Amino acid sequence: MAKIIVVTSGKGGVGKTTTSAAIGTGLAMQGHRTIIIDFDVGLRNLDLIMGCERRVVYDFVNVINGEATLGQATIKDKRTDNLHILAASQTRDKDALTQEGVQKVLNELSEDYDFIICDSPAGIEKGAQMALYFADEAIVVTNPEVSSVRDSDRILGILQSKSQRAEQGKDPIKEHLLITRYNPARVNEGEMLSVSDVEDILAIPLLGVIPESEAVLKASNQGTPVILDAQANAGQAYNDAVERLLGDEVEHRFLIAQKKGFFKRLLGATA
Amino acid sequence: MSDADFQLKGSTLTVVVLEIHRYEPDSFSAQLQQKILKAPQFFANSPVLINIGKLTNTDLPIDFSLLIKQCRELGLQPVGFKGGAEEFAGAIAETGLASLPESSASIKAVALDIPEPTIQPETESQVEIKTIVQEKTVQRPSKVITRPVRSGQQVYAEGADLIVLSQVSEGAEVLADGNIHVYGALRGRALAGVYGDTEARIFCQQMDAELISVAGNFLLSESLDDSIRKQSAQAYLEGDTLKIIPL
Repeated sequence: MAKIIVVTSGKGGVGKTTTSAAIGTGLAMQGHRTIIIDFDVGLRNLDLIMGCERRVVYDFVNVINGEATLGQATIKDKRTDNLHILAASQTRDKDALTQEGVQKVLNELSEDYDFIICDSPAGIEKGAQMALYFADEAIVVTNPEVSSVRDSDRILGILQSKSQRAEQGKDPIKEHLLITRYNPARVNEGEMLSVSDVEDILAIPLLGVIPESEAVLKASNQGTPVILDAQANAGQAYNDAVERLLGDEVEHRFLIAQKKGFFKRLLGATA
Repeated sequence: MSDADFQLKGSTLTVVVLEIHRYEPDSFSAQLQQKILKAPQFFANSPVLINIGKLTNTDLPIDFSLLIKQCRELGLQPVGFKGGAEEFAGAIAETGLASLPESSASIKAVALDIPEPTIQPETESQVEIKTIVQEKTVQRPSKVITRPVRSGQQVYAEGADLIVLSQVSEGAEVLADGNIHVYGALRGRALAGVYGDTEARIFCQQMDAELISVAGNFLLSESLDDSIRKQSAQAYLEGDTLKIIPL
């Protein structure tokens, strides 16, 4: 049985798809059979971040509607073994997702994979609820700013009340906090919430802190998950997060501002 | 969460009380028939409460099902018994009808004047028999919430105290007819005594609420004193003023 992990946030643009791509790739790199599903029907992005947009023939909605088999629709990642992608439909909307349809696809995938990563759309509407409904675990992606934290709190409430586990009275979904775009220097300036502020408000275990990094944008535009960039802080931080997700204890890094050297200050470099 | 399918209410309704002084099946039936024939329309399908509290021949075994049958044959609808002595409890229970206790204060009975047949049946409106049900506050068990109350969630403890063993997030709302206890940070809205209980209080381990209200008297976050913010505190009413003091 595969473990179903939803990557969600409530707020848009905080890094859900980047995180889904990085965590999914990281799990596959550790040898786990992994599939990442894009639930953002109508605004599909995952295929771009994974660099497989030209290979999308059939999508998630086609499979739900029985127009294609899973074998036809899943795209094998070219860089990482054990990794597959199921793209969202760009031409449909969220209503194309039905609970029975999603369940059928997840049940079928459960037999072939160890991890199913559900990349949730923003918001708390149908698409987001569908992505989290069948989840066993949730990675709640939060930027260190108040509106993102509040939206994460809201989505945590939905995880507690509207998921299948909640409705059937099973063990609750295991929640993980992932803080992205963290900039210790700005925290010191009081311009950004600190890790402990966010932890205090959301009161769930911290999976990782991804530092703000130019490498993330570069990786997105190149269609390469940032976790493959072993030089970048962000890539290393995602790697740590994957290890924690698998149960290892890894110390948190990149929480303290690096003193800028004289030349860096002259050049104004931020990464 | 508070979308209940029903609501329980106290209500006053008029009902005919049949007060039996002596019960001998044959003469009872004959007398009752005679009475009813005087105003058959008035009694047609009329619900009756059978008061057996003033029964004098209690030594006889009374066949309650026969009594009910006799009433029904004459077009009455017995709804229950009132003032039944303890020895009748079992027999009354067997009939399946309600058994009301003899309570002098809550049930006022007015002698029933049967309209004479010459009088128009419209005079029914003069008949006044009232059953007054008194509503009492019933103590219900406190509602206990063990997980955080998140933004957008609302928890209401109806007729009870609310105990939250975790935090109440910003954008969340906790309400209770009684007191509210939060064993964590209170960052959302807390409304105690929502049904008007001015004695209700709010207790929390970290006061950072958006809004605090007791029986409709509220304070907004911006009026919170800095000395109390993020401290353990309680809120209560003193007259019409909401007081918040450290614990």
